Amino acid sequence: MTAATASFEEPRTSRVDAVVGVLRRNAWALGLVVFFGLMLVFTRIIQPTYGVSGVQGLAIGVLPLAFAAAAQTVIVISGGIDLSIGSMMALTSVVAATSMKGQSEEFGVLVVALTLLLGIGLGAINGGLIVLTRVPDIIVTLAMSFVWAGAALLVLNVPGGGAALWLTDLVLGSLGNEWIPKAAVLLASLVAIIWLTVRHSRLGLWFYAIGSSHLAAFRSGVPVNRAKLFSYAVGGLFAALAGLSLTASTGNASPIPAPEHTLFSVAAVVLGGVSLAGGRGGLFGPIVAVFILSLLRTDLTFLKLNPSLATVAQGVILVAVVMFGTLVQFRRSRR
Amino acid sequence: MTEAVAAPAPKPRAGTLSRTGIRALVRDRPMIPLVLLLLFLVLASELARPGTVDPGWAGIILRTAVPLAILAGCQTLTMLTGGIDLSVGAVASMSGFVVATLVGGPGLGFGIVIALIVAGLAGLATGIGVGVFRVHPLIMTLAMSLVVFGLANVWQLQMVQTGSGVPDEFRGLGAGLLLRIIPHSLLVFIPILLMIMLGLRRTGYGQMLYAIGDNPVAARLSGAKSWQILVVLYVLSALLAAVAGFLLSGASNVASVTLANSLVLPSVAAAVIGGTSILGGRGGYGGTIVGALILTVVASLLTSLGFKEADRLILFGSIIVLVAAAYTRVTSDS
Repeated sequence: MTAATASFEEPRTSRVDAVVGVLRRNAWALGLVVFFGLMLVFTRIIQPTYGVSGVQGLAIGVLPLAFAAAAQTVIVISGGIDLSIGSMMALTSVVAATSMKGQSEEFGVLVVALTLLLGIGLGAINGGLIVLTRVPDIIVTLAMSFVWAGAALLVLNVPGGGAALWLTDLVLGSLGNEWIPKAAVLLASLVAIIWLTVRHSRLGLWFYAIGSSHLAAFRSGVPVNRAKLFSYAVGGLFAALAGLSLTASTGNASPIPAPEHTLFSVAAVVLGGVSLAGGRGGLFGPIVAVFILSLLRTDLTFLKLNPSLATVAQGVILVAVVMFGTLVQFRRSRR
Repeated sequence: MTEAVAAPAPKPRAGTLSRTGIRALVRDRPMIPLVLLLLFLVLASELARPGTVDPGWAGIILRTAVPLAILAGCQTLTMLTGGIDLSVGAVASMSGFVVATLVGGPGLGFGIVIALIVAGLAGLATGIGVGVFRVHPLIMTLAMSLVVFGLANVWQLQMVQTGSGVPDEFRGLGAGLLLRIIPHSLLVFIPILLMIMLGLRRTGYGQMLYAIGDNPVAARLSGAKSWQILVVLYVLSALLAAVAGFLLSGASNVASVTLANSLVLPSVAAAVIGGTSILGGRGGYGGTIVGALILTVVASLLTSLGFKEADRLILFGSIIVLVAAAYTRVTSDS
């Protein structure tokens, strides 16, 4: 994933320079990884029983949120924002759960494929409406969050449905070493496959181009409208993955979107070092940020602190990070 | 961008009310089509179920719309500067809840003062973040809503034994109807309305809000201290949200830390429908109030037509997109 955020390189003078360049460009994300490692150690110290099952639980709990963060990141990089991610997750989750219930395992494969297509479709509708109506992204996706939430309620009135066994099996348990949760492997591989494909295609170039300057992209011949639509479609794909992992990890689905899912995705994007102005950053930072935010909540429970304080801490950290980022930018621009 | 390549619009023909004429009308007097839309919806409510529309119905609509209109006022003011305040839900819920927990012991007045102080502090922190540290308002208010919600939850666990419920005064103010028609909450709302409308039109501060939203650089170069204006703005917004929270807890007779959360998105929607641009510099409170009324009437109409929650959400969202799209059409290319 680190390689993904490091293209556009100048002609390589030496391998060392390239490595240093990669490190420098991903300094924030690497810092987050180190911080996450320290947090794991800290968790182990305050709660000596935190072990395999803790890591398992963390990875499974993180899975939907990480996909949601990935969805938001792709869209933010392209200069947009999607406040309907939580609702899209609920919709794709209930669609998958209701159609899989009581069906054969093979049918589940079809359902998963169709759900992913549905996610792409939902995202494309969001993006299409933004392009078509020229209404700001925030407003359109805010309104569409109602629509998708309503559609989810139409599909399923009360929590229910079911998941194919192989799907549940895909996220629960570990792979090889008991310290490597399947959920984490799944997350890493799916994000890497999708993002590396997008990133190294013309699409990725378009996303960064329209994100950093819409006008400049337009004048250099980027089909800005199509690019915007595609960025939302890729976001929708990740949102569908998030919805599917909700279904997979719980074995059923709830039609009521959890309001924190959307907020969490925005928070992770900001913490992950992706500029809300667009055109900058990668998927790695926000996903690590999701791990940190989730572990923070666990730690505060271990410290016998009120879990509500975790919410407070998340808010404070969010602001502190953004302020820090702004200060750094200020100093750079003054120089 | 597309305007740049679009062909110039044809000249309006004299004598006929051409499309351009309608555009100009909507652009210059957005209230007229908005009020027409509201009247149409009222008419539709009457046609859908004859006998619905009477003074009592109007009173209930008004009563439901008042807290939404106040919260939408927060959005209008912040959106004028190019911001947004997503913390209104958490602040409003917290305020109603704090008063409900304190009214049994230290008393109503004390509770209100504490709630307003806490809300004001939250607004101050938001304002400093947005104004001084230039944090994006979306992020800042989102984070503030997490902080306020979390602290309110901590408070809830502390007060779980002594919780005494919504004070009678709030219930009277939030839910009461004079002669079964005129909601008591207008007593609170009309001063707020006058303050916002006159403040925006007649005071230098109001003009500054438009100036910052329209062109922050120009505003700064002309000597506007934008950080001071923004700090005051977000404090004001939080205080308004607190008042809305009082009314809301009274109207629903519920004090919970999530009470007003479902109103955050509608409050943004009301401001947008009312013609306030989220990009800043354009809009006003009059349109927002009509927007809040429109949303309330639509919600009540959909309920009376027997639509389920699901259909209502879908229609609600679609209406917002449609209205916002119509606005953008008439205001952008001209």
